[in-house]
Amino acid sequence: MQALYAQLLVGLINGSFYALLSLGLAVIFGMLNIINFAHGALYMMGAFCAYFLLNVLGIGYWWALLIAPIAVGIFGMILERTMLQWLSGLDHLYGLLLTFGIALIVQGVFQDRFGSSGLPYAIPDELKGGMNLGFMFLPIYRGWVVVFSLIVCFATWFLIERTRLGAYLRAATENPTLVRAFGINVPRMITLTYGLGVGLAALAGVLSAPINQVRPLMGADLIIVVFAVVVIGGMGSILGSIITGFALGVIEGLTKYFYPEASNTVVFVLMVLVLLVKPTGLTGRAA
Amino acid sequence: MKARLIASLLLGTALGFAAATAASADDKTVKVGVLTDNSGLYSDLGGAGSTLAAQMAVEDSGMAAKGWKIDLISADHQNKPDIGTSIARQWIDVEKVDIFMDVLNSGVALAVNNLVKEKNSIMINTGAATSDLTNAQCSPNTIHWVYDTYMLANSTGQALVKAGGDTWFFLTADYAFGAALERDTTAVVVKAGGKVIGGVKHPLNTADFSSFLLQAQASKAKIVGMANAGGDTTNTIKQASEFGIVAGGQKLAGLLLFITDVHSLGLKVAQGLNFTETFYWDLNDGTRAFSKRFSDRMKNKAQPSMVQAGVYSGLMHYFKALEAMGGNPHDGAKMVAKMKDMPTDDPLFGQGSIRADGRKLHPAYLFEVKKPEESKGPWDYYKLVGTTPADQAFRPVSESACPLLKK
Repeated sequence: MQALYAQLLVGLINGSFYALLSLGLAVIFGMLNIINFAHGALYMMGAFCAYFLLNVLGIGYWWALLIAPIAVGIFGMILERTMLQWLSGLDHLYGLLLTFGIALIVQGVFQDRFGSSGLPYAIPDELKGGMNLGFMFLPIYRGWVVVFSLIVCFATWFLIERTRLGAYLRAATENPTLVRAFGINVPRMITLTYGLGVGLAALAGVLSAPINQVRPLMGADLIIVVFAVVVIGGMGSILGSIITGFALGVIEGLTKYFYPEASNTVVFVLMVLVLLVKPTGLTGRAA
Repeated sequence: MKARLIASLLLGTALGFAAATAASADDKTVKVGVLTDNSGLYSDLGGAGSTLAAQMAVEDSGMAAKGWKIDLISADHQNKPDIGTSIARQWIDVEKVDIFMDVLNSGVALAVNNLVKEKNSIMINTGAATSDLTNAQCSPNTIHWVYDTYMLANSTGQALVKAGGDTWFFLTADYAFGAALERDTTAVVVKAGGKVIGGVKHPLNTADFSSFLLQAQASKAKIVGMANAGGDTTNTIKQASEFGIVAGGQKLAGLLLFITDVHSLGLKVAQGLNFTETFYWDLNDGTRAFSKRFSDRMKNKAQPSMVQAGVYSGLMHYFKALEAMGGNPHDGAKMVAKMKDMPTDDPLFGQGSIRADGRKLHPAYLFEVKKPEESKGPWDYYKLVGTTPADQAFRPVSESACPLLKK
């Protein structure tokens, strides 16, 4: 029983990464209608950004949490301005292919330069060590990841669903022409939204840097699972992607305990089941 | 008219035959194929470095000056046995590749091993770990050059049990390699009086090991044996320190660790780990000289891994055998037999030999990773703590199931 609690908690930790990443994807898909396959590469860039901040400029983890998402977010906005914006109104497939290509190029460049084994990034001193919870040893850093991502997820949900800015955004997705008629600069808003989604990916990258090696392929390994999460949660649903992210982390954690060989596939089995029963995803609305 | 056509066709065929036989008498063309992981989790320990090592062997052999024409090609098998075999098939049938080098990843290696035997080609395997390549699956066309799971288990496993680590829990990569390494290590542990009290199989290329580490922790085993490699091992080690595995009194056993892994982990995390390799750049003047030239030509200035060093050493031996034959017979089994007849000697692995089952024999070194304050600079990572001589490092003939060995 104790082992079960431990696995649940570990699942929740992984779930926070799924939630952060799928949230970014959901925001981008919901507002821009783009299936952002470059998300994994941008997550990886966030982690590398933290590494460079520390090793080149001597800027530590806490500032990296702020700077890396902004820096990678700006990179994302440049991508949107120079390439993605020309795809609006076209079939989803074009956006998917373009972002997939971007992901391959970015990963290739990083791998060529830094190899595949990755670079070390230490846990910040303030979050080192762990506590004994009775049923498991919880590294403080992992606890921090769960709390911090919950806050970020909630803040993003609040921003989009409950603020005036969010209302503009949602309106702009429904009817851009009308919103423009009210004097709102829709293209700029879309660029900023893409930047926000990308920033979330980079933030997840910084959070994961002390846990995993900072590797060029860290995002490629994760992104497929995250897409499954988004599909299960319902494409474009903010709250759906957060909840499914955490829930699937937990389910995966349990699988690692009961039948570890299947831990790579369980998410996809669930995806198939959900699609069979409810093709729009758990929280998605029919188009 | 028709008769003339047939006659000329016959003549042409005869001429063609004559040309073909004439060519094989002193055919001095050779094609070397480096089949490796160029983009995945093992690409640092093989990959472009293996191709560079092959290139250096071609240059150092001086074969071109003696009238040989050597082509080198390389491909990425993406760690997938099906892709590996289809590239290998094309290389043999279309590209006329004579010899396969590296072929890391045990799953791919076993698949290519069968094909190479069927097509009478050659594989000098320097990257795959599974000891099956020279045991049940041994082949007259394959030489296993650098290391294998039996040797790793024998050296590292025995040393750890001797030091008091008599209960083991395994974290095993769920494919041919992990299974072989776990099996061979278990045998050594049990033989030395230890006990395996549990284990968990994880999928290849796993990012998060926390679930598995918790299970290892709960098992209370003294040794947590990592029967995995590359990125899987580095993630395990890094996360084990986070979960306080070593601080809690358990010891991590890296059954297969490469210098590139240690470099990627950093000494702070990796210090104190024990593991076995058959090559280290800083062993002696010969290894240092080669490694200096190698790292100067590597994009990230990395020192060679034992897999890459093996590609160089294996090819050099192949070239020596070719010279002794005076021409390329394009006959895999014949060339491999010739290579087995000749003693091996090169600056990287020292003097050695190749056994009838295809096992290359040389000493195995037990290393310990230095503490950060002991390291004099980048890549100065290992302390030599023990050497197993060539004749004891690998599976003894008496335990082998290979039919090529006469007992």
